[in-house]
Amino acid sequence: MTDLSTPLGDEILGLRAGDRVTLSGTVYTARDEAHLRMQKEGIPFDPRGAVIYHCGPVVGGNRIVAAGPTTSARMDTLTRFLIEAGVRGIIGKGGMGKEVVDLLRGRAVYLAFTGGCAALAASRMQLGGVFFPDLGMAEAVWVIGLDHLPLVVGIDAHGNDLFQRAREEAKAQCQARFHTG
Amino acid sequence: MAEALAEAEVRLPPDVEQAIRTAHAREKNPVAKGELGNILENIALAKKGRTLICQDTGIPVVYLTIPPDVPYTRVIEEAVAQGVRIATEKIPLRPNAVDPCSRKNSGDNTGQGIPPIHVRPGEELTVTVLPKGAGSENVSRVGMLLPTRTEDVVKFVVETVALAGARPCPPVILGVGIGSTFDGVAALAKEALLLPVDVMDPFERELCDAVNALGIGPMGLGGDTTVLAVKVKRAACHTASLPVAVNVQCWASRRATRVVEVRR
Repeated sequence: MTDLSTPLGDEILGLRAGDRVTLSGTVYTARDEAHLRMQKEGIPFDPRGAVIYHCGPVVGGNRIVAAGPTTSARMDTLTRFLIEAGVRGIIGKGGMGKEVVDLLRGRAVYLAFTGGCAALAASRMQLGGVFFPDLGMAEAVWVIGLDHLPLVVGIDAHGNDLFQRAREEAKAQCQARFHTG
Repeated sequence: MAEALAEAEVRLPPDVEQAIRTAHAREKNPVAKGELGNILENIALAKKGRTLICQDTGIPVVYLTIPPDVPYTRVIEEAVAQGVRIATEKIPLRPNAVDPCSRKNSGDNTGQGIPPIHVRPGEELTVTVLPKGAGSENVSRVGMLLPTRTEDVVKFVVETVALAGARPCPPVILGVGIGSTFDGVAALAKEALLLPVDVMDPFERELCDAVNALGIGPMGLGGDTTVLAVKVKRAACHTASLPVAVNVQCWASRRATRVVEVRR
């Protein structure tokens, strides 16, 4: 288990798909609407070495109540500007498309967090602040302090993708059993 | 109603938790074992802190049993909806119910036809709630298969999970309906999700093993555990039909039942 902390640097180039890591430090939540807003108005934090979390949390009072990951593939076409600005980590669930796998090469990693684990996530989080609160609770950019969130390197900076590997395996198994294309 | 929903949202049924525990003990892939470990820790934290198991608190699907001396009227339907509104505010739950076309959110998890209510005769007045998340609901399928090809049922079930991949937050539980009509088979598949997952008959076991051979694994990261259990419900059907439905349910298979005291 490797312990990572933000801002991320070249240490991520040494990670391989399948490595289990923990992440501490600051992350920024962003879903569909936040990506569109940042593209239009600029990124409201220093993106160099930053980590984006695909998440629409439930925030109550000054506290993160529930904060599991959302499906990352929805952000496939909205991710280029972040990586080009220096973002070096993306946390989410389900993996991302081939264009993002290529985009991450030599630059950044995709870290998978267990889908649905809203209570576990909240137990490792401190609320730090918010950008674009007008987007609403789920879509705003929340600044969150992490304390050893357990993650898996789903896509590394060398084109290795655990999700793609599992998809290919499932397809091959289906073909072998049912003799279909 | 509100009590049953509150219970379902923070505490997994013991049989589901046990199925995850068993899968965790058996899993050989280290990444998959880690994911199952995270899920078990999450379940324990939610139970202890009475917090939400998952932030997708779902659409509450409601099953009632009505005793002979209680008339089933609009009053009961309104009471169920009111229970959902109370739970949404008090727990609180994420408001998920929207108009299908305008996408306007009602803010209280109710709306036209929501919550869906299924009624059966019974000895007592009971309310069972199954909060259904969208990630797994969206990859569920109904198929009208050729009646001469009953062997295609297995293929349809396995294909459904292969097509779904990581999207339904595996490991999943599958509710399978076989028979009935186009609408009836989907209802059967959902009702199958109410059955205990700690027992499977030989056919359910066959389906379970066939799906796990896919190797999709927890969260689609690869592994031995893609499905925790398969439950099947059957009904008779038209001689020219073979309806099959697969209702996919994420590992957070939430359900709770309360007996309602009737003042007579």
